[in-house]
Amino acid sequence: MAFIGIGWIGEGLPDRSLLGLVVKHVSKAFRAEVQELQAPGWPRHAFDERRNQHSSGEILKWLLPLTPPGGKVLGITDRDLFIPILTYVFGEAQLNGAAAVVSTARLGDELELFGPKVVRERVAKEAVHELGHCFGLRHCHTPGCVMGRSSSVRDVDEKGQGLCIDCRARLHGP
Amino acid sequence: MSNESTRILVVDDEEIVRESLGGWLEKDGYFVAKAPEGVTALKMLEAEPWSIMIVDLKMPGIDGMQVLEQAKKRTPDLAVVMMTAYATVDTAVGAMKLGAYDYLVKPFDPEELSLMMQKIVAQQALLRENAVLRQALKQEYRFRDLVSKSPAMQAIFDLARTAARSNSTILILGESGSGKEVLARAVHQESPRAQGPFVAVSCAALTESLLESELFGHEKGAFTGAFARRKGKFESADRGTLFLDEVGDVGPKLQLDLLRVLEERRFHRLGGNTPVDVDVRIVAATNRDLRKAVEEGRFREDLFYRLNVIPISIPPLRQRREDIPLLVDSFLERLSAEMKKPLEGVSSEAMNALLAHEWPGNVRELRNVLERGAVVCTGTIIQLPDLGLPVRAEAGARAGPLTSLEEVERRHVAAVLSHTGGNVSQSARILGIDRVTLYNKMKKWGLRRDGEEAPTKVEG
Repeated sequence: MAFIGIGWIGEGLPDRSLLGLVVKHVSKAFRAEVQELQAPGWPRHAFDERRNQHSSGEILKWLLPLTPPGGKVLGITDRDLFIPILTYVFGEAQLNGAAAVVSTARLGDELELFGPKVVRERVAKEAVHELGHCFGLRHCHTPGCVMGRSSSVRDVDEKGQGLCIDCRARLHGP
Repeated sequence: MSNESTRILVVDDEEIVRESLGGWLEKDGYFVAKAPEGVTALKMLEAEPWSIMIVDLKMPGIDGMQVLEQAKKRTPDLAVVMMTAYATVDTAVGAMKLGAYDYLVKPFDPEELSLMMQKIVAQQALLRENAVLRQALKQEYRFRDLVSKSPAMQAIFDLARTAARSNSTILILGESGSGKEVLARAVHQESPRAQGPFVAVSCAALTESLLESELFGHEKGAFTGAFARRKGKFESADRGTLFLDEVGDVGPKLQLDLLRVLEERRFHRLGGNTPVDVDVRIVAATNRDLRKAVEEGRFREDLFYRLNVIPISIPPLRQRREDIPLLVDSFLERLSAEMKKPLEGVSSEAMNALLAHEWPGNVRELRNVLERGAVVCTGTIIQLPDLGLPVRAEAGARAGPLTSLEEVERRHVAAVLSHTGGNVSQSARILGIDRVTLYNKMKKWGLRRDGEEAPTKVEG
């Protein structure tokens, strides 16, 4: 049984319903014991003034010491994230590593149209997606699989909440 | 479709760029390697095959443009994407001119990068598929070293394949340079004698007495200068195939000797008394009209019938112009390998000229013209002047009485349709017009797909 710690590392107040939904989906996808972490504040130092965004790489480094022994850690933030080469990312994870981060900043697109429930689902999908990378999963081409590449909010909406049969087999064995 | 077979090389002097871009692509399932500068990148390109290179424009030492230039020279199929910190039209146009696939302005949108990679992968898959299909098509049009899609040649290939399995004598008829020896070799290679020798002798190149000694060999002391016993071509070809080229040029005495050996499969070396038995399959060839030679008493009728067991007539190249593009492809592939020079094809202007030429020297002449083009051309595409063909105006001037522009156009359209075997798309390409325009012209002049005039419709 894997251990996964999930913590709110945003500037605003945590959305309890959101955290609950993420915990539910993550524990189901990875058959893991999920604990909510009390993060020590939030990584202000990851802010890049020039880009007016937070560096996801810096946040991952900051998250690492919070990892449960032998487990994985996921930070959820309301800050907009970037990696140096891209204009933005919804999240980032260490492939086969321990830390992952997901941002709600861009997943709230057209909130008025879709409502908070859809936005929470988007975040939960991306949380499972990024943690999937920590477990060694790469992007999957099976339609609907949560490990499908999502470069836009539309991509996120089009994919499902769960792992496809192949990704599940890669993760848990056939 | 899996990305695992796509190998991407990321070249940037900034480690953080290499790592973040490399990591992002790895999560997409691509195989990614990174190089911190141009020299390392070029060494990596040399050492292993790569599908895509994403390279920064500004780097210390060899910059991105130089890496692009070198990379495209060495691996023209590589898709190169340039990264730049600021977009200037000049640099983008410059990179495209040097063969870059596209460029990205840093930082770039994840969707843009994702779509670009997917597009390149799909395009490369199509190119590979196209190459496989072309290869398959080539095999279909191929009989050993001969290529043709003309129905007449396909019938010849079928006949030659069937005849190859027998032991019967084959007589190949055709103009000089039409590929008689190539066909003879193909027959030999397809025959049960393929493991045996293929011996070719040109009957026109030697005097009668020399040819006699060449064919039958001689004993020691048979004539002045015969210091030792020497095997002739018949003996050398034992258990194989003897190709008698220009057999129509053989003199009367040798015609009789040939007749005997064909009848008895046995002969005497010059100056020898012991008969020599041979197991030889004869393939003879000539560019002369042997039947006429028989009528005029210059060729023995009995020998003619001995040779003419399975006659195969190769049509001249001007009667199967639809083969020219196929032959061009085939020759350029071979020339490229022989000369170790990348050759992608000929320009459309050059192809038009090749299709229009009369080819008195047939396929051999075409090969020579292409060899000249391959030597002279400076790029990978052979241009019209590289071929050294006679200027077309000369041919036009001989064409006949002066006529209207429309009549010249009608004749040219008909000729092109005939050359392409009625392929409207190919004809339109050659003529530089779209298919609809070509169809309209055909309708206007009552031309059929084969370039012939359609029969006049009788009203009533």
